[in-house]
Amino acid sequence: MTRKKIKSSSDLDKLRQKILAKRDPKIPCITVCAGTGCQAYGSENVVVALQEEVENQELGKVYIRVTGCHGFCERGPLVVIYPQGICYTEVKTEDVPDIVSQTVREGQIIDRLLYTEPNTGEKIVHESGIPFYKYQTRLLLENNLKIDPKNIEDYIALGGYSALAKALFEMTPEQVLEEVKKANLRGRGGGGFPAGRKWETTRNALGNPKYVIVNCDEGDPGAYMNRSLMEGNPHSVIEGLIIGAYAIGSPEGFIYVREEYPLAVENTSIALAQAREYGLLGKNIMGSGFDFAAKIHRSAGAFVSGESSALMTALEGKVGEPKPKYVHTAVEGLWGKPSNLNNVETWANVPLIITRGADWFTSIGTEGSKGTKIFSLVGKVKNTGLVEVPMGITLREIIYNIGGGILGNKKFKAVQTGGPSGGGIPESLIDTAIDFDELTKLGSMMGSGGMIVMDEATCMVDVAKYFVNFLVEESCGKCVPCREGLERMSEILTAICEGRGEEGDIKLLEELAEVMKDASLCGLGTTAPNPVLTTLRYFPDEYEAHIQEKRCPVHVCRALIGYYIDAGKCTGCLACLKACPEGAITGEKEEVHIINQEKCNKCGICYDSCKFDAVIIK
Amino acid sequence: MKRIKINGISVQVEDHWTLLEACKFYGIDIPTLCYYAGLSPGGLCRLCVVEIGKGERTNLVTSCNYPVEERLVVRTHSERVMRTRKMLVELLLARCPSSKTLQDFAAKMGVQGVRFRVKHETCILCGLCVRMCAEQMRARAIGFASRGKDRRVTPPFDIKSEECRTCGACLFICPVCQLRCQGPQSPNVVCGACMNIEPVCLEKHEDVRCYLDTCGLCFKGR
Repeated sequence: MTRKKIKSSSDLDKLRQKILAKRDPKIPCITVCAGTGCQAYGSENVVVALQEEVENQELGKVYIRVTGCHGFCERGPLVVIYPQGICYTEVKTEDVPDIVSQTVREGQIIDRLLYTEPNTGEKIVHESGIPFYKYQTRLLLENNLKIDPKNIEDYIALGGYSALAKALFEMTPEQVLEEVKKANLRGRGGGGFPAGRKWETTRNALGNPKYVIVNCDEGDPGAYMNRSLMEGNPHSVIEGLIIGAYAIGSPEGFIYVREEYPLAVENTSIALAQAREYGLLGKNIMGSGFDFAAKIHRSAGAFVSGESSALMTALEGKVGEPKPKYVHTAVEGLWGKPSNLNNVETWANVPLIITRGADWFTSIGTEGSKGTKIFSLVGKVKNTGLVEVPMGITLREIIYNIGGGILGNKKFKAVQTGGPSGGGIPESLIDTAIDFDELTKLGSMMGSGGMIVMDEATCMVDVAKYFVNFLVEESCGKCVPCREGLERMSEILTAICEGRGEEGDIKLLEELAEVMKDASLCGLGTTAPNPVLTTLRYFPDEYEAHIQEKRCPVHVCRALIGYYIDAGKCTGCLACLKACPEGAITGEKEEVHIINQEKCNKCGICYDSCKFDAVIIK
Repeated sequence: MKRIKINGISVQVEDHWTLLEACKFYGIDIPTLCYYAGLSPGGLCRLCVVEIGKGERTNLVTSCNYPVEERLVVRTHSERVMRTRKMLVELLLARCPSSKTLQDFAAKMGVQGVRFRVKHETCILCGLCVRMCAEQMRARAIGFASRGKDRRVTPPFDIKSEECRTCGACLFICPVCQLRCQGPQSPNVVCGACMNIEPVCLEKHEDVRCYLDTCGLCFKGR
């Protein structure tokens, strides 16, 4: 069946009215999060169980909506039941019959499935009451809860594509451009370059056609904000892209998505097809006379392909390696044509700016950074998940109010922002208001928004080694400072962690870092030394302990620790002896055991298995 | 014509020149490894970095592919530039210690030793052979494979390429495989094998290190 295309702005309004009229708000609607986190917890089974149960119990009309990521991945699978808005966390298939019979049918609340505030023990019914959500400003993620990403009608019902209609019928491309410039929207991919200025450069550049590109090649360890937006609300990105294309005067766009994000690829493909079907994409969009085609490109998933010039070379079908950017990609990019590349989150902000205006947008955030930013809060924090906060919020608010504090009530040590190329920020700076400029001042960066929280049991040298090793694997190897420098950096850090560190290593690391920052070809190399530089800056004593005293202060680096048995505490229970995978522990029942240091591989199982704290780490 | 300032001297340059071409024209020596006049600039070895801009806002850029801009202020041998070049040579030398070209650079720049583990690789991945094969020989018989530290030059799928006419252009242009240094290879030290060829002049001229480039001083010394 070919659908009647939307031919004007009023057609869109009519369609919206029609969709809304079809939906009775009184009919119960069960939304189940099927973001990647919740899927891993088995939300797909919950959906199937719900469908069966609703049928078995003959409830009549009940909507079951499978949505994108809600954000609170720590407590998945998440189920929200409307019209009451009851939020259940950690739902299992066994809970489904109760949910259907008690909540959906009777409207009763099942206490055991509610979120319990860990400090007060209070049960919280609504999502908005859960501290994780309460302290956020959810502009982009808000709709993830409400729409089925595979159904364009959900998006249109919430006012979707009205920004596009406004741009096409009420504004000239120049006005759209001015609005985005006035909003001071800065690139969310990490660099923070003003999107409006980039658009303008592309618009004014010579050469046709011009291209617009969505960068969804997110590859930081522990970061998944782009993925969740692309999976949960692809239309918001597509709408932003079309508006951008209109402002720039581009007839063609690409959405560059990682192959490793199959759900994002699937949902985006469906969304593009639906947008075409409704006449929101393709020739003569909404009857305005503006043509724009968009295609999805599945990337081979190299970290460096997220860099703009590397992404464009990859799009051209070549090896994804960066090129020198002395002439900007906005002037000479994809196939040598002016190309405007923005991050998923940047594009998703565009419809908001057009609908609500630049003045509204600039009212959120700090002097230099406007709007909100999505962070993926992971690591040793109680509530992990995606958080959207206004720029200028402090790290303490994110970690303690939203994140609920450190796991196991341990002491906070540092937070790594900006992924592997960012830096670790220590506790003394936790009250800094974060935006693009502040984070750069601290030696870290905004990056695409990864936020890895580390507790007191983390060795910062080990952390630096981990990130450098990640980058060694991901460096394309084109230029000398990045390829050779990173490998050498990894060698030095490994030596330090294994007790082979020498006097002068720190100076050498600093020298190397400076040259890498100065001379590398692309952003990967110039930011790669950040984890080393920030840990050197904020935790110099840890490096010194490793190098001079050959000691790891937090007992993480295996080569520098040994497990011993405290003869005074050992009861001779044989627990550690049986648990040791290497057979390194000898002893008889009720006699003090001994760990053979030569056989011990320092796995720590004996430490965990001893009930009397008799195993000690030295 | 554009006006730029190189090392404090105001000069006129052709519009289409790169900074390296401008510097070469005015006789300023900038070390290069992956640059060859007949090939597209690679910008990989980064040895040709120069400092542009003035005041506190200066940047390092590779001169081989940086187009000249009106009123650009360039410093080709500033402290920051030299520090960077020295580290780059040290990194390359640690990878490929037996290369004459790298030994020469090290000697000229005063790199006295290598602080990294020496690897004894044979290729510095400058990509000259790849570009030569593609751009001048029109064969595209070799290219880069793998990523990062595993990156290497090889024919596609590591099998002898049918496109290869064994013309030898890649051998001709390779900056490291010609004249391999045969000196004693003690780890982490610039080998200084050239000292066996020419009399050591270090005693007479403190700061002058003469390696394989026979410097006029050596002859004087004799």
